[in-house]
Order: sequence, then C-alpha cells, then structure tokens
Amino acid sequence: MTIDQAPARRSAITGLARQLRTALGPDAVIDDHQRLRTYECDGLAHYKVTPALVVLPADATGVVTTVRACAEAGVPFVARGSGTGLSGGALPHADGVLIVTSRLRRIVEIDPANQRAVVEPGVINLDITRAAGADGYYYAPDPSSQQICSIGGNLAENSGGAHCLKYGFTTNHVTGAEFVAPDGEVVRLGGKAPDATGYDLLGAIVGSEGTLGVVTEVTVRLVRLPEAVRTLLAGFPGTDDAGAATSAVIGAGVVPAAMEMMDALAIEAAEAAVRCGYPAGAGAVLIVELDGPAAEVDAQFAEVERHCRAHGAFEIRIAADDAERASFWRGRKSAFAAVGRISPDYIVQDGVIPRTVLAEVLHRIAELSRDTGIRVANVFHAGDGNLHPLVLFDDSVPGEAERAEEVSGAILDLCIEHGGSITGEHGVGSDKAKFMPRMFTEADLDTMQLLRCAFDPDGLANPGKVFPTPRLCGEVPGRHKGAHPLQDAGIAEVF
Amino acid sequence: MRAAGDLVLGELSATAAAWPAGEADHVDGVPARLVAAPSTTDEAAAVMRIAAQHGLAVVPRGTGTKLTWGRPPERADLVLDTRRMDRIVEHRAGDLVVHVQAGARLDAVQEHLAPAGQRLGISPVLPPGAGPGTAGGVIATAATGPLRLSHGAVRDLLIGITLVRADGTVAKAGGKVVKNVAGYDLGKLLTGSWGTLGLVTEAVFRLHPLPRAARWVVVGVASAADAHDKVQRVVHSQVVASALELDRPAGDPAALAVLVEGIPEGVDGRVRTLLDLLGGDATAAGEPPAWWCHAPWAAGEVALRLTHEIAGLPRLLDAVDDTARRCGLRAAVRGSAGVGVLHAGIPAVPGAVPAFVARLRELSPSWSGDVVVLDAPPRVKTALDVWGPVRGLTLMRRVKDQFDPARLMAPGRFAGGI
Ligand SMILES: Cc1cc2nc3c(=O)[nH]c(=O)nc-3n(C[C@H](O)[C@H](O)[C@H](O)COP(=O)(O)OP(=O)(O)OC[C@H]3O[C@@H](n4cnc5c(N)ncnc54)[C@H](O)[C@@H]3O)c2cc1C
Ligand SMILES: Cc1cc2nc3c(=O)[nH]c(=O)nc-3n(C[C@H](O)[C@H](O)[C@H](O)COP(=O)(O)OP(=O)(O)OC[C@H]3O[C@@H](n4cnc5c(N)ncnc54)[C@H](O)[C@@H]3O)c2cc1C
Repeated sequence: MTIDQAPARRSAITGLARQLRTALGPDAVIDDHQRLRTYECDGLAHYKVTPALVVLPADATGVVTTVRACAEAGVPFVARGSGTGLSGGALPHADGVLIVTSRLRRIVEIDPANQRAVVEPGVINLDITRAAGADGYYYAPDPSSQQICSIGGNLAENSGGAHCLKYGFTTNHVTGAEFVAPDGEVVRLGGKAPDATGYDLLGAIVGSEGTLGVVTEVTVRLVRLPEAVRTLLAGFPGTDDAGAATSAVIGAGVVPAAMEMMDALAIEAAEAAVRCGYPAGAGAVLIVELDGPAAEVDAQFAEVERHCRAHGAFEIRIAADDAERASFWRGRKSAFAAVGRISPDYIVQDGVIPRTVLAEVLHRIAELSRDTGIRVANVFHAGDGNLHPLVLFDDSVPGEAERAEEVSGAILDLCIEHGGSITGEHGVGSDKAKFMPRMFTEADLDTMQLLRCAFDPDGLANPGKVFPTPRLCGEVPGRHKGAHPLQDAGIAEVF
Repeated sequence: MRAAGDLVLGELSATAAAWPAGEADHVDGVPARLVAAPSTTDEAAAVMRIAAQHGLAVVPRGTGTKLTWGRPPERADLVLDTRRMDRIVEHRAGDLVVHVQAGARLDAVQEHLAPAGQRLGISPVLPPGAGPGTAGGVIATAATGPLRLSHGAVRDLLIGITLVRADGTVAKAGGKVVKNVAGYDLGKLLTGSWGTLGLVTEAVFRLHPLPRAARWVVVGVASAADAHDKVQRVVHSQVVASALELDRPAGDPAALAVLVEGIPEGVDGRVRTLLDLLGGDATAAGEPPAWWCHAPWAAGEVALRLTHEIAGLPRLLDAVDDTARRCGLRAAVRGSAGVGVLHAGIPAVPGAVPAFVARLRELSPSWSGDVVVLDAPPRVKTALDVWGPVRGLTLMRRVKDQFDPARLMAPGRFAGGI
C-alpha cells in the first residue's frame, strides 16, 4: 500500500463501521483501539496485528451482510473462530475486518437417524460430541484443543487429532456447508447426502484456511460410539524401540484408534506439570488406544502388547477404567503447556514424515539439537507420522530465539527431504507461507492460485496467508519474478 | 484440414505414441481425430502443450469402460489414452501408501498389494460387460462401490495427485503422507471432475490392511419401510459393518447384504449379533450374493445414480416405485444404502425416461439427494439434462474458467454444460 492510499482505507473502514453498526446492532461492531487489541493474534502469539474493525455477527445473515459490505468497499476480511490456531491463520489484517464467529454457537440439529449434525461455525468441537452422546454418537476429529476450538476453524484448518489415524480428518467428516464467497454469494455445498452433483468444492474449501470465503453452517458426520475401548501405556528405553513397535503394530494390520509417542524430554515436562506418573526411566512412552467391537479389540490388544514387548517395552500398563485411561492421556494432552515448566519459551513445530523413517528423522533432530545446543522435546502422533517437536529456548539469552527458529526450520526441511509435509494439522497460515516453495514448485503453487482466483479474484479473503506473494489473478503464470510491477506502482496489491 | 491434422500428428508422434483415430475411438458418438498415448507425465505434458497450441479439444481415456458416461463432449479432437501410463511407481508397504500412474488398472494394483496383506479400499462395481477401470478413471468419475462404508470414497483415499493442466503445466498437490494440510487439496477438486479440469497422470492412495476374515449376512426385505428399518438397525448397532448393500430387482423380492470383516473370532460374534438384529430369514455366508459388485442395469439400459440421506431411503424407494408405475417402467435399484449412494437401471424407453427422471428430481428434496443419469443411449440423453440441477454452479464455472479458459478439456461433458 502506498502512503496516499492509507486515508482512503481509513475512511472505508469508518464507513463500514457505521454501515454494519446500523445493520447488525451497535454491540456487533468493535472499533475502539483498546478493545480491538483483544483480537491481535491467535494461538501463535508472536505475530500481532491490530485489526481495523472487528465484527461479531449474531447469525449467518450477519456474516453475509459483513462480507458483502467488505466486497463493496474492497476491504479485506479475515474469519476467526476461537482463535486457537497455531499458524497465525486468523491473524488480522491491519486495514481489514475481522469476522468473529463466537456468537454463532447454535447446534441447529442432531440427527442420529442420518448420522449427521448441523451446526453454526462458532460451535465448539467438543460440544457436538456432548450433544450427540445421548444418542450413542460422537464427532470423531478431536484436536487437543477440542474444548475451545470452533468447528469453523476446524473446517478451515482441516484439523486432526489423536484419533484421526483410524477415523480420518475433518475433511472426511464434513458432508455439507453453507458458505459465503468473497463476493457475497451464498452457496450451499453438499448436505446430509453424499456426492452432490458437480465439482467437489467442499473438498477444496476444507483446509483452505479462510482464504476462499467464510463458512456459516457446517454439516458433519456423527460416528457411532464403539462397543469397547482399551488403552495401553508402554515404557521403552528409547524412541527407536517405540518407533519399531509402532511399525510392527501397523505392519501387522492393526489400525489403532490412536498411537501417540513422547520422548524423554517431553515426559520430563509432563511429569513436572501434571505428575502423570509415567514409567520411571522411560526414554519414550507409547500410548495405544484400540476401539471397536469387543472381541476384535481384545484380540488386537494382545497383539499390540506382544509387539511392544518384542521391541523392548519394559513396562506395560493397561487402563482398568475410564479414570485410568484419562490419567494416561493427561500427560500427553498437557504436553504442549507442560513444556512451559522446563523452558521459558518454545516453538511448537508441526511436520509430517512417512512412518517408516521415524527413527532416522528423530536421530537427525537429536543431532540438530546437539549441534546447536537447542533442546527439542518430541510429542507426536506416531501412527501417522505427524511430529510435534517442541523447540525450547530462552528469549532472554541473546541469539537463542534465532537459533531456535533455525532448528525449527531445519526440522521442516528434514520432513520435506523425507517425502513428508511442512504441516500435518496446524496449517500454513502466516507462519509457514515462506516454506511452501520448498515443498511445492512454482507451477504447483500457481495451480493452487487458479482455485483462489476462481473464488476470490480481488484477493479479499484472508490475504497474505498460506501462499508466499502469489501472482495476481488473470496474470499469465511464470513470467514475473519478485514483486509485481502493478504492486511496485502501488496500483494493485498482491494477496 | 487433412494436412493440418497430419502436421499435428507428426508433432505428437515426436513426443509420444500417437495415431489417427478410428471408429473405436469415438467418444459417446462424437468422432475423434487423433489418439495419443503418452507413457509418462512429461510426455503427457508435451502432448497437452501441443493440443493447446492447436486448440484441440482433449478427452482423456483409461480403459474406456465409462466413456459414454456423462454428456458427450462438444468436440473430441484428441483422445488422450492413459493405458501406457500403467506403472505402479512405488508401494511403501510400511507406510500403507501406493503411488501409481493414472493408467494403472485397479485390478493390477490390488494384485500387487495383496501379497503385502494390503488393499486399496475401492471395491470394483462393474457395469455389464466391463472390466476394471484405471486409477485415473476411478478418480475422474469418483465411482464407489460397497467398501465405501468402511473406507470412504475415492476422495478420502487419495492423498496425492499429479495433473497436467490444459496448457500443459504439470502440477501436484498433496503428497505421500496421510496427514498433510499444506496448500489446497486439489486432489478433491479433481476427483469427480470427469476430465474437465485437467489430466490426472499420477496418484498416491492410502491403503488398508486386508482383513483376515469376511462374511456376509443376507436378509430379505419386504418393503421400503422394512428396508429402512433394517438399515437403521445395522447402522446404529456397534457391529461396524464394512458394507451394507441393498438389492431390489424390478418386481422381484429385495434383499439387504451386510459385509463383516476382521479377525475370525470377532467376525463370528458380530455375525451372530447381526443375525439376531435382523431376525427373520437372515443367513450368513462366506461368499457375497451373486449381485454383489454388479451394476443393476443391463446393457443398453439407462443407468442412474440416486443419492440420499441415510434415513431418506424409504421415501426414495417409494418414489421410485410410484414413478416407475406412472411412467410404465420397471426400475431395478441396488447400492450402498448404508452410505446413501444407490444405482438404478431402467429400460431406455424414449418418452418415459425423461418423465421418470423429471418426477424423481421433483421429489428428491424429501430424501435430500440428487438424481443423475450416468449413462443412456444417445437418443435418450439428448432428451434430458443428464446431470440435473447443480448448486454452486457459478463458482464451478469460475473454477473451470481458471483451469481451462479455452475450454479444451472434455468441453461440455460435465454438469451445467461445463
Ligand atoms: C493447545 C492447543 C492444541 C492444539 N491441538 C491441535 C490438534 O491436536 N490438532 C489440530 O489440528 N490443531 C490443534 N490446534 C490448533 C487449533 O486449535 C486448530 O487449528 C483449530 O481448528 C482452530 O480453530 P479456531 O476456532 O480456534 O480457529 P481460528 O484460530 O480462529 O482460525 C483458524 C483459521 O480458520 C479460519 N476460520 C475460522 N472460522 C472460519 C469460518 N467460519 N469460515 C472460514 N474460515 C474460518 C481463520 O481465518 C483461520 O485461518 C491446537 C491449538 C492449541 C492452542
Ligand atoms: C456403481 C459403480 C461403482 C464403481 N466402483 C468402482 C470401484 O469401486 N472400483 C473400480 O475399479 N471400479 C469401479 N467402478 C467402475 C469404474 O467406474 C471404472 O473402473 C472407472 O471409473 C472407469 O475407468 P476407465 O479407465 O475405464 O475410464 P474411462 O471410461 O476411460 O473414462 C471415464 C471418464 O474419466 C475420464 N478420465 C479417464 N482417465 C482420466 C485421467 N487420467 N485424467 C482425467 N480424466 C480421465 C474420461 O475422460 C471419462 O470422462 C464402478 C462402476 C460403477 C457403475
């Protein structure tokens, strides 16, 4: 943006504030600087931008009104659910409107006969499971943040969780959505039945991180509660053994509901925080949960136990009841927060590798850690190769934050080098846009931009996220490198 | 024209196998001029660039079993045959993934995977007389069979894709890990796109372990209401069926078949539970019923896809009966009642078919589904809109415009004339 444009943008925002206050009511619009700052970041707190305006619509119509007003005024907008994102996806735009869905919390319908729930986008993930429980159903994708994150945010991030190894991710559980395109058009995609005629636009929207429009209603699949659930906790001398056990279990044709690993440093942190009492002296623990028909679960459970012992597990505990199961999970689920007990600052990384290279990659991470003096604690979804290295540092030590950033980036390079991905569930957001060209070619990214241009030719929906400086819509790909001339001239802004 | 064609053929032949099209290369009655059969993504990209330069309309073709599905293309200058792209690029058994070229035949892929105790969770439902299709064809048509209940649709199994755009640009999305949220999910977009957005050249699928035991429980159903009641009992139970299929031949008694897979001890117990649950004449067998994995239409008939919300089943079945009666047709219905995707076959009676389809579409909101004519003889197709109404069409057109601004990829084949 050039200097001359700033006043124009400011007056556009003032106009929008007035217009939306009239349309949605005074308490739906925030433009007071102090109150705006409440929304300056999501779960990734080191990026902060104060939005120009925050709008809290009370219903879908309010969202449509807001998006249309933004489209008319040419003002960018960013959707925000609960703001728990860890990649800066809901980071506001300084000259834009932040559309917060926290008042859209109605569970429209729990429909067990069709195995579906219809909910507003601000509904908290866990609330769907709570509402469906009485009918013997639950909502399967369970991010660790499920007590606070919204289903709209889940859809936008294609969120996963511990149980996604067996049950799949958000994209496998969303069957319909009502959606406002950036020009204000309202589109209903899918519904309670599968395979709506036409392109699978719903599949394209899931995981698009709010860059294609705003979701105003979501239809999700409900899953029947399993007959039996059994959970085991195994202590291993080190991550190599635990990794080998993981491969053996999967190789034997067992698909656990969850398979989670923690290394020594992560265990130390969890013990410090919640005293979870994991096996003393363990260099790694594995939590394996099986669910399904009782006889199946029993037989496979014995098999899992055998593989764990064969690969060096020196202690195996089996949860006798729900309370004990919860205690196994407590250490794992508190791991991120727990790391705060052993390090003043940390970065939560999110990369994916093929399961079979787990041992090798963990060794390389350990080497990186040794070489740089930056400690790395590993907590991860072992079953699907989704690593969450916690890179520990002390911001008060000069240069340490930078070294931690480097280690964190080097881990992503390791993931790419081994055929993996730079993000398994937290998204690209503001944080990893610069890594996209390491994983994808210019042609790959250009092709993704075609989709973006179809939905959002003016680049108003969550600009600046996911993609590093993409080309302008309508521009022939591959010709321009670096800043676009129109951008240099201040005539148009890249998104 | 002739000379120009020869010139293009020369150019094509320099990059890939290519030949002048014959009668067997017609696409649903539309004559083709040329055929090219690249063997790699790079060759396919070169072919596509040449086609783009000359403004040739391209129709991809796998084994050609479903080439008459959808609307006939407006033009088919070049048939791009994928059958030489039939390599299994990599099977990483330990990671439960397989990377194949688009022309790989699904039966060959399954055969390759079986010794490792794995399968691609797509079950072959075959129309009369057709052999198994290719990976690219299954992605492009998004066809699904019985196993969808347990393993999801093609879209759910596809984790990475390589495509060639209309202008010859090669692009990939996703990768070879199951968990991956970097960038847009173009694999989903291409799945069910009927060759209108780009040519799929390679795909990576997630795999599942082959079950050690499998049994089928079959029960007769007396009416639409009875079918509904039994489907509901199975889906709300905790037996975790792998497939739940309904078969209702025109005029003959209907049946429901439930597939149970797992380990022998477990399967036996679940089969007993199912027999109790379904009661009546329910029986268990080690083999599927004869109709399992076969499409319900005969050669030359009209093939329909009827989707529905699970509990909408009785309304859909009653509507089919009532409408068939009014139109003087016999309708056979079969498919994944536990998922909400049924198929139907009706005789290709010229006047009656459009009336049948129109009335079902009118009633379809009561079961929240779509009525699509997958295949029909040309004289029937021209008398109706095979795809029917589409929600979100404006956005779909914009997607098509971006990917294929010159409308060279199977133009006119898809919903809304895309
Ligand atoms: C302690 C902790 C643990 C976590 N564990 C997991 C985990 O296990 N798995 C996992 O996947 N994630 C995890 N996360 C990350 C985060 O919770 C998820 O990404 C979640 O889906 C974000 O939901 P939200 O409602 O907070 O979204 P926000 O942070 O508000 O927004 C996230 C993105 O979604 C977009 N968005 C939000 N609502 C809409 C809408 N209605 N329409 C369109 N776009 C929208 C935003 O623009 C933004 O790009 C964790 C986070 C924390 C803090
Ligand atoms: C109810 C039903 C369920 C089925 N389920 C299964 C199943 O689970 N498993 C199974 O093996 N088969 C299944 N089939 C058969 C399946 O439809 C065919 O195997 C497959 O879809 C067609 O493959 P093909 O190679 O013959 O494609 P073709 O008939 O050659 O082409 C079909 C369409 O796909 C396009 N196309 C083909 N290749 C490409 C490509 N590489 N890129 C872009 N577009 C392309 C063509 O242009 C055409 O529009 C099912 C069939 C039915 C009727």
